[in-house]
Amino acid sequence: MTSPIAGGVDCDLHPAVPHLTSLLPYLNDYWRDQVVTRGMTDLVSQSYPAHSPITSRPDWRPAEGKPGSNLEDMKAHVLDPFAISYGICNPLYGVQMVFSEDMADAFCRALNDWLVKEWLDKDARLRGSIVIPVQSIEKSVAEIERCGSDPRFVQVLMLVMGDMPLGKRAYWPIYAAAERLGLPIGIHAGSNYHNPPTSVGWGSYHIEDYVAQAQAFQTQLTSLIVEGVFARHPKLKMVMLESGFTWLPSYLWRLHKFWRGIRMETPWVDRAPLEIVRGNIRFSLQPIDAPPDPATLNRLFDHMQSDELLLFSTDYPHWQFDDEAVLPEGMSSDLVRKIMIDNPHATYGRLKQPAIKETTP
Amino acid sequence: MNVQFRDSPEPASSVHAKTADVKTAIADCDIHPARATKTELYPYLARRWHAHLETYDKHPYQGMMEGPPYPKAQPNASRRDAYPPEGGPQGSSLSFMQAQHLDPNRVVLGVLNPLATGQGIRNHDLSAAICSAINDWQIDKWTSKDNRLKGSVVVANEDGPAAAAEIRKRAGDRNFVQVLLLSRNVEPLGQRRYWPIYEAAEEAGLPVGVHAFGFGGNPITASGWPSYYIEEMVGHSQCQQTALASIVLEGVLERHPKLKMIMIEAGFGWAPSLSWRLDKSWQRMRSEVPHVKRPPSETIRDHIFWTTQPMEDPERRDHLFDVIDVIDWVGWDKLLFATDYPHWDFDEPSRVLPAGVSEANRDAFYLGNARRLYGLA
Repeated sequence: MTSPIAGGVDCDLHPAVPHLTSLLPYLNDYWRDQVVTRGMTDLVSQSYPAHSPITSRPDWRPAEGKPGSNLEDMKAHVLDPFAISYGICNPLYGVQMVFSEDMADAFCRALNDWLVKEWLDKDARLRGSIVIPVQSIEKSVAEIERCGSDPRFVQVLMLVMGDMPLGKRAYWPIYAAAERLGLPIGIHAGSNYHNPPTSVGWGSYHIEDYVAQAQAFQTQLTSLIVEGVFARHPKLKMVMLESGFTWLPSYLWRLHKFWRGIRMETPWVDRAPLEIVRGNIRFSLQPIDAPPDPATLNRLFDHMQSDELLLFSTDYPHWQFDDEAVLPEGMSSDLVRKIMIDNPHATYGRLKQPAIKETTP
Repeated sequence: MNVQFRDSPEPASSVHAKTADVKTAIADCDIHPARATKTELYPYLARRWHAHLETYDKHPYQGMMEGPPYPKAQPNASRRDAYPPEGGPQGSSLSFMQAQHLDPNRVVLGVLNPLATGQGIRNHDLSAAICSAINDWQIDKWTSKDNRLKGSVVVANEDGPAAAAEIRKRAGDRNFVQVLLLSRNVEPLGQRRYWPIYEAAEEAGLPVGVHAFGFGGNPITASGWPSYYIEEMVGHSQCQQTALASIVLEGVLERHPKLKMIMIEAGFGWAPSLSWRLDKSWQRMRSEVPHVKRPPSETIRDHIFWTTQPMEDPERRDHLFDVIDVIDWVGWDKLLFATDYPHWDFDEPSRVLPAGVSEANRDAFYLGNARRLYGLA
């Protein structure tokens, strides 16, 4: 396993909660009793079934337990071999699927506290995302404020599929709190399954849902842009996590055309959509939905018309790349440095300058 | 295009890009004929449905009775200059369509895609009756009066057997060149309830066009209903992508190797990124879909045609044509020119292709591909 440079920031790591019972020490008496007495099951989302190929790269799959549930494995698989300076932990645990806002709040608080104690306290390279009980805007804001006092939390985490489009004004207090505390909003692939996972209904297969994540990111970007989130919060950064990015250029070509035609419908959108994307939106590197041919890939980077949009990620332990090398072939050393170091630091204001001295090839 | 752009702060180089004049005959693969009056269809409908419509109206998979749930940018989403002089909505007069569009733009083949049909109606008997009436109406009012125009067989999309029966009834009738579905239905278009449609279309030798739009009760995002018309307009592309993914992953095109499909009014710039994502996911998870034997991208390349309107609008116009020339995931042999007449986002034939496209590719783009696909060579 190799990385072209040391000191990269891995913006999408997934530490797994071994089981709901792992959160019991972090719940109050009432909720501990609820979990035990009612025989609540583990909150496993069908987005990443434990044994699905996408859920873990084969050589990262542990002999037992959930992929990503062991810190020593994460160090050995990613943090050490790729000489990572910071790794941002985005826990994917099914708290968004819960219908009760009180239960969601209890579980999110426990999840965030568990992340601090079991991961951030144990490895100085790790940073965290605040998982919020999005079932209640008020409780989400409170959780952002509670966790935000710990500088190791560098982002707020939401899922790309939920109850409402993310640009809707009801969510804006969350964005205001994040902007105030210098936290980007990370939007990760996944759903609470309260709506069909495609805009044309329920498909038959897991693979279909996975492919459809990309389309969900597209509709969310439209919503965020046209509702005016970035006119109100011009400094707010949002990071699309495990979204894919090769769809971005053609998506913007279409959005731009319609925005020019019917911008009278949303007059508060004060900049062209592609300017908003360049200023406020970032994308994690994996998955790279493109052929493994450097000429095509570089042409696609060219279509993005900016080298500031991508943030390095392994998506550990999800299976996104096969080779020993953590980056695809053919990227210029300049782009490598931007994606692995400069862009993440420009996005996550709470990261300090690289702790490890980097060695440029 | 008759939309007045406001002064835009961003550089829109495409507006000034050099374009080539069209001097040759063209095929327009997306024309929307309309009815002049509400009762224009009655002569083609059984009497019981007249009373039914007067009493209960259409009862579609959405709430608004008079118009679309997202108000359009212009009345009927159509050009303000397209109202016929004799009255009626845009697209409802053959003579005006001839004078405003078919004659001056040298359209020698125009494919009619009626939109306000029986599709998306919850009462499936009514859906089938209106669709069949629309098909008769297309012959009477349009295709029998102007042989440049060809119809689309519209079908009761949620009732597979009824839809298949309508297709078989029209098979061999040269007034029709395709079966027309919309992208948004009760389920994704690869689902089994729609299989009889594909079977009958392949049997009849008719391609299946999937036009953006429609109602099936599902929110137009995977996170519920958005606020604005622009979200619906842009969102049609995401609907089309997931509908096509469903068709490929359910194995529809592998079971019907002769079937061709046309993605209408949903763009084509997304074809490469969707194909790559499908291929990569299939390499990982093909054990879940053992019936999918070929890489999805190959199936898409072999079976799918794309109408061009609305042409995507990049800052740098060469980027769009990279999708065809450099990246080569959408062949010049699979593109079909369309204007979307009389809708507001009409693409002007003389302005869609940049200078420098070879004569063979231009001919294929404007006319040759459509003639070959529709068997009118």
